[in-house]
Amino acid sequence: MDTFILIGITGIGLGALYFLIASGLSLIYGLMGVLNFAHGSFLTVGAFVGFWIASKTGFETSMPEFILAMIVGGLAAGLFALLIEQLLITRLYDRHIDQALVTVGVALVVGAVLGGWFGNDLRMFPAPMWFLTAIDIGGAKIPADRVVYIATAVLLLVGNWALLKFTRIGLIIRAGVENRNMVNALGINVRRAFSTVFFLGGFAAGVGGVLVSVYSNGVSPLIAGTYLIYGFIVVVIGGMGSVPGSFLAAMMIGVIRQFANYYATGLGDFVVVILLAVVLLIRPQGLLGKVRA
Amino acid sequence: MNALVIRDLHVKINESHILHGVNFDVPSHKVTALLGRNGVGKSTTLKGILGLYSSTGSVQLNGQELIGMPTYKIAQSGVAYVPEDREIFSTLSVRENLALASRSKTNNAAFESIYELFPELKTRAIQLAGSLSGGQQQMVAIARAMLNTNEILLVDEPTKGLAPKLVTEVADALAKVAEATTMLLVEQNLALVKRIAHHVVVMDQGRVIFQGEPENLDDPSWVHQMLGVSGGHK
Repeated sequence: MDTFILIGITGIGLGALYFLIASGLSLIYGLMGVLNFAHGSFLTVGAFVGFWIASKTGFETSMPEFILAMIVGGLAAGLFALLIEQLLITRLYDRHIDQALVTVGVALVVGAVLGGWFGNDLRMFPAPMWFLTAIDIGGAKIPADRVVYIATAVLLLVGNWALLKFTRIGLIIRAGVENRNMVNALGINVRRAFSTVFFLGGFAAGVGGVLVSVYSNGVSPLIAGTYLIYGFIVVVIGGMGSVPGSFLAAMMIGVIRQFANYYATGLGDFVVVILLAVVLLIRPQGLLGKVRA
Repeated sequence: MNALVIRDLHVKINESHILHGVNFDVPSHKVTALLGRNGVGKSTTLKGILGLYSSTGSVQLNGQELIGMPTYKIAQSGVAYVPEDREIFSTLSVRENLALASRSKTNNAAFESIYELFPELKTRAIQLAGSLSGGQQQMVAIARAMLNTNEILLVDEPTKGLAPKLVTEVADALAKVAEATTMLLVEQNLALVKRIAHHVVVMDQGRVIFQGEPENLDDPSWVHQMLGVSGGHK
């Protein structure tokens, strides 16, 4: 039983990391129709800025210092995302192939610049010692860092929900995901909502970048690769434009992948791809996505 | 005095040339009906005015040129739009649909007058707009356009697909709205046009072929020739 709990909770922890990547991807695609391959570079920028802050304190950080590194990493990634949106994406709305090419280009450039500057080897992220301890849940010894991943994802989900539900910009974003031309026709500059979404998506990816660095035992310009692919899978399974859908899908994928890897060694990725194919066949709009007119 | 003056309006969508130099005027505080067979460019004209399609030529609202302005600025200039398929936000509640449309933070009087015109919207304020009937959705679409102070209301086929009883309700509401607003109305329901329009513009193949009085709609041969439908009964 304790093994079952351990795999379940570590799976949820992994799903939390996927969610941090996917929430921004989902909103950006849902609202703007932008397939953003540069999203992984937001994660990388967040990870490096977080690493820079955390490494100022030595080989380990206290919890407040680690939270500060997460927030600053998130803010840096959010500002970088905003810069990319303003400089490149605003010129390419409704030009989907160009967007894909440009965002792939940004990802390559960011990877190359950081690789040239820092090298591609993993640098150990100075995390709090507390992360190395285990928490007893139902007899299972759960690594403490997983709890932080889950708590961060839940906080982000709640924050996202509150913003979308209770603020005017949230109302504009929700309406824009459904029909951005009509939002414009009501006299609202929907592009301001685009910028907000890019910033928020970048922030979540940046926070995710710091946590991924801890999970991967270090920071490197290459850390985003697998997570971006999983982010896209989560968005497709959860439904484009649906943040709760992304949360649900991320948790499902994290848990299923962990169980598959434990009970059928190495088949985790294969099982996730099968799940993706099944969802696309049965419910192409994703678990909580809406069918587009 | 004309609220809207349209000259040589051209719209191309991809490679298709849809509007070929549309010219007509919309007098202030009057209802102008834009008529024509299906596919002649009526809805495209409204979308061209609103900047939803890129267009060339001239569209002046009370002397201000709208061509080249982004859609949201055109709407802020006082152009309100009730689209053909309502295009209400189905995942938002009725109240959220209206709150989104309202550009003023202190707009209680406007909300009250909307609820007076459509009492049902008040009782269904927290219901998701996507779960409303077609007629109720049309009420939301019209109410949304009326929440701000507008110079002109562009209304595209407001009775399309509605049950006869609902057509009457929507027609009554539009008649009331028309008392206080300049309106450019695209509508296939000639009875409604005759009831509220002061001026008629007929389009064919992307051009205006007639401008005049709605009394022409009483002449069956004129209706058949211009609109390709039987009608014109008094």
